[in-house]
Amino acid sequence: MPAEAPSQSQPSRKAAMLTESMREKIRAFFPRYPTKRAVTLPALHIVHEHYRCVPLRAMHEIAELLEIAPAEVHDTMSFYGFFPQAPLGDVRVWVCRSISCMLRGGDELLGHACDKLGVKPGETTPDGKLTVEFAECLGICDHAPAALADDGRVFGPLDEAGVDAMLEELKRGRKDDEGPHV
Amino acid sequence: MATFEPVLSRNWNVPDARTLKVYESRGGYQAARKALTTMDPDAVVAVVKDSELRGRGGAGFPCGLKWTFLPKGRTETLMCVNGDESEPATFNNRYLMELDPHMFLEGILISCFATRAATAYVYLRYEYINAYKILETAIAEARAAGHLGKNVYGTGFDLDVWLHRGAGAYICGEETGLIESLEGKRAWPRIKPPFFPAVDGAFHKPTVVNNIETLCCVPHVIERGADWFKSIGVPKSYGPKLYTVSGHVEKQVCVELPMGVTTRELIDVHGGGVWKGRKAKAAVPGGISMGLLTADEFDVPLDFESIRKTGCLGLGTAAVTVLDDQTSIVDYLHNTCRFFSHESCGQCTPCREGTNWFDRTIRRFKRGGGRIEDLDVMLHMAENMGIIPGTTICGLADGAAWPIKNAIAKFRGELEDYIKTHQTPGAGPTKLQRDIIAGQVVDLAAIRNAVPAPPPPAAALHSPGRPPA
Ligand SMILES: Cc1cc2nc3c(=O)[nH]c(=O)nc-3n(C[C@H](O)[C@H](O)[C@H](O)COP(=O)(O)O)c2cc1C
Ligand code: SF4
Ligand code: FES
Repeated sequence: MPAEAPSQSQPSRKAAMLTESMREKIRAFFPRYPTKRAVTLPALHIVHEHYRCVPLRAMHEIAELLEIAPAEVHDTMSFYGFFPQAPLGDVRVWVCRSISCMLRGGDELLGHACDKLGVKPGETTPDGKLTVEFAECLGICDHAPAALADDGRVFGPLDEAGVDAMLEELKRGRKDDEGPHV
Repeated sequence: MATFEPVLSRNWNVPDARTLKVYESRGGYQAARKALTTMDPDAVVAVVKDSELRGRGGAGFPCGLKWTFLPKGRTETLMCVNGDESEPATFNNRYLMELDPHMFLEGILISCFATRAATAYVYLRYEYINAYKILETAIAEARAAGHLGKNVYGTGFDLDVWLHRGAGAYICGEETGLIESLEGKRAWPRIKPPFFPAVDGAFHKPTVVNNIETLCCVPHVIERGADWFKSIGVPKSYGPKLYTVSGHVEKQVCVELPMGVTTRELIDVHGGGVWKGRKAKAAVPGGISMGLLTADEFDVPLDFESIRKTGCLGLGTAAVTVLDDQTSIVDYLHNTCRFFSHESCGQCTPCREGTNWFDRTIRRFKRGGGRIEDLDVMLHMAENMGIIPGTTICGLADGAAWPIKNAIAKFRGELEDYIKTHQTPGAGPTKLQRDIIAGQVVDLAAIRNAVPAPPPPAAALHSPGRPPA
């Protein structure tokens, strides 16, 4: 960045996106790794969990904290299709389209879920409750055709009625504290 | 063979087996105590080497041998546990972590002791949200009980285990992609040589990368000895193995069996047969990267060596997916091509462009614009991309090529029939493409000004009834 760049392009300290508690959480990862850069993914996850996205400004602040260039954080962040720039719905649900699920109708069920909600894969419902995405194998093929919510709930084997029930259930919100599913 | 006693899954049906208390009550951490308090690290390596335990992550590399590649006299070693498990149809690592997390930690403990690693990173795919929670709890329990942390069992050996969560990229399962991702970068696999992880791995330190199931075998090898391990399975592929069966079967399951069972046994005995009373047409032997078996090849043992005789790439993750007789091989290829074009990291041209081109070609087949000669072009491309022909950095490209090679070798007739019977006007090649195929001189100026060519007739090129050229 040229030295005479206007100051407003620098993230201002006053309106920081990373709260002190988020910074604390990020710093707590430092002792685990030989470099601060290794904390990139954990930091992105912390921000993502809080905002349900990683805005560009937050990315700058992560870079500052990790003492690396913003471009380096952006490079990593953009490689993984995981971190959106605009907030996701309250619940993100992945519908699997890989082999075992596809064979049992996964692609059609994704289409059904999208039709039902009036969105395309990757979009969020207008009420902000649900984001539906396709995913490659989620490692829950014993439930194929399967879907996974980002609070850990596993759904499947699904059929159209099962998808409808799943969407109803997910619209009621997250269940992060529910125990493990096996 | 003596009756087979499952060990990897022995606690799966025990109530509360995830807790340290129950795990210890069933003899848990005894193998770790034995190794740490009565054995020298090199002696542990020697036992694992003698057992001929081969890596369960896909490549089947001998585990003990890999450990001996670490430089002598090193001052630090890192352990990276590969918990990225993203090969389609594979879920055995998830069972191990969710159902018996302490066995996994015990495996890490012994393996780190053997390789003198004081830090272990478990690279866990993000989607394993429940496994993450379970492991966090288990690590805290193990640490509080002195199985991890400083001065384990008073031996002076220290070990920290950290979970590192991925962000939804298949390529993070490739060991050097994993290392790059761990370092906070994009998961671009490294060129080997010069960077062999054992010498120059994560953070430029000597690094061991092992799969979860591989490490879960280690406590049992220590407890029962190398001879016990080698008494299970078939020559060159010893020990117990977790097979997963999914797709067109009645029951989609993960079962522990001696290495070398057949696809037929997995389908008929463990999967409850092909679903809906149908017959199987084919099966994927070990994750989609490994290729395709025809129903006639179901009696070939699924071990590291035998499976290669069918033209498949290898045993992979031993994840069997069954395709019934109503499944089109074009749909199968559509799925594999879509997967690999989505997951290629984009670093090597043959892989980045090739996987994408395969994907577009198969979609053209489905739109009704396939040509018989596409099959030969696909085959040629498939034979020229990957680390086996030596044109790419990692094995993802081989995995992308294998389904195509196997499908064309084993189901060429069906593919040709599909192309012939799926011709849609307008979906075939453009005038420019047809001119190039015909070897005609193309007038570039004319193309730039040309209005779109009229749709070619349905009988373009090799469609039925067309006289040979
Ligand atoms: C494209 C690609 C993806 C891979 N994915 C995984 C994976 O998800 N899990 C895994 O354990 N190994 C995976 N591997 C194999 C690893 O590179 C490596 O061989 C393995 O983790 C070594 O452990 P092992 O010797 O215990 O099997 C993958 C390899 C390639 C080429
Ligand atoms: S072969 Fe494909 S996935 Fe592997 S490094 Fe090259 S481009 Fe990336
Ligand atoms: S193929 Fe869908 S979860 Fe594995």
